[in-house]
Amino acid sequence: MFLWVIRRDLLLAMRQRADVLTTLFFFVIVVSLFPLGVGPEINMLRAMAPGVVWVAALLASMLSLERMFFSDYLDGTLEQMLLSPEPLSLLVLGKALAHWLVTGVPLALIAPILGVQFDLSIDALLVLTASLLLGTPILSLIGAIGAALTLGLRGGGVLVSLLVLPLYIPVLIFGAGAVEASSVGLGASAHLSLLGAFLLLSLVFAPWAAAVALRISLE
Amino acid sequence: MAINWFKYSSPPSFYSLAGKMIPLFSITSIVLFALGLYIGFFVAPTDFQQSEAYRIIFIHVPAAWMSMFLYLIMAGWAAIGLAFNTRLSSMIATAIAPTGAMFTFLALWTGAFWGKPMWGTWWVWDARLTSELILLFLYIGFMALQAAIDDPRRADKAGAVIALVGVVNIPIIYFSVKWWNTLHQGATVSLTQSPKMATTMLTGMLIMSLACWMYSIAVILMRTRTIILERERNTMWVSDLQGAA
Repeated sequence: MFLWVIRRDLLLAMRQRADVLTTLFFFVIVVSLFPLGVGPEINMLRAMAPGVVWVAALLASMLSLERMFFSDYLDGTLEQMLLSPEPLSLLVLGKALAHWLVTGVPLALIAPILGVQFDLSIDALLVLTASLLLGTPILSLIGAIGAALTLGLRGGGVLVSLLVLPLYIPVLIFGAGAVEASSVGLGASAHLSLLGAFLLLSLVFAPWAAAVALRISLE
Repeated sequence: MAINWFKYSSPPSFYSLAGKMIPLFSITSIVLFALGLYIGFFVAPTDFQQSEAYRIIFIHVPAAWMSMFLYLIMAGWAAIGLAFNTRLSSMIATAIAPTGAMFTFLALWTGAFWGKPMWGTWWVWDARLTSELILLFLYIGFMALQAAIDDPRRADKAGAVIALVGVVNIPIIYFSVKWWNTLHQGATVSLTQSPKMATTMLTGMLIMSLACWMYSIAVILMRTRTIILERERNTMWVSDLQGAA
């Protein structure tokens, strides 16, 4: 059932490729706006690259959160999932993982190309990709809680940003911090370990909280 | 004699109890504020390092304490409301949020006023300041979520989930000055060690925090009463109340 949810969501995403690509291009455009806004000073760009890429990843991941439950909510699939004998948190975990595969992984893979535009070193690019691969699943998992809570509300899109972005802040700090630490030569392992710890914590708690939230929203 | 505590978990009886308690807490709070401010301005000695500027501590520290305590209490009531499905607990949680947000804002604001003469800047991106700012966002998120949901019961439960998720931030704020080496000073007051400040300063600060507690309780009770009236407006006892008035 868990794998079935992932496969189904991926299939649906592949059928509507435009949605996936929109998120990806949103990410690319936001990152490209910064050099235009602050000027092409290469030293400054190199210093702010990790933060810029990470903030753009946060926004891109957040904007696509609505898709996680909304279409299933509209056509009634979600109610059927709630009725199924499988634990709901497992299904939520599947949906969050599918969301990550569709948004987080492409972001992490394209990030090195954007990093080159900001003149990051090879090591920094590797750490950037690694931190994004570790961090974006946390974004999907925490985001699932926000998406479940705002399901079917008016102004849900803006509201979800208000709920979810404060909770994203630790991921942003340590994700961007990993890249900065490695480019200064301190080594990124401390930051990456903390990201890994966040990931494990959110893997345990977020699906459960999101399942509770879904039941409240669909009551 | 056994007191039936659950009696007051029903909105009508809580409504009248709160009505009797509000004057008590309001008066205590006014008296304590007057006393605390007097000690703060006239009795407490001038600090040898910070001269008169430190006196903002008498509102800054109590406000920061309250911002964290109130969040925990709010999350606690919200959790009770979620677990036992009690209406009143959720109403209290809803009533706490604006006061908590106000104290968080006050802590940040007075902190900025203190930071300017001491650190030479209104704001630094230091761990404690940032996490306190996140706390403000959490309060705002809680209120915005509840405001967006029309059905009050769903609003209560959804708010409870987001409040409980946000609780992780409280230990981060509290321990931020220990975990990270930051500009914000470490804790000067603790339960286990003797305080590292003059006794009159400490007394003034504790009286001010007590005053803030009394103020919060009074305001929260008032707000809870309003929420009760709003939600129960179609019941018999509310229309009886209106008839009597």
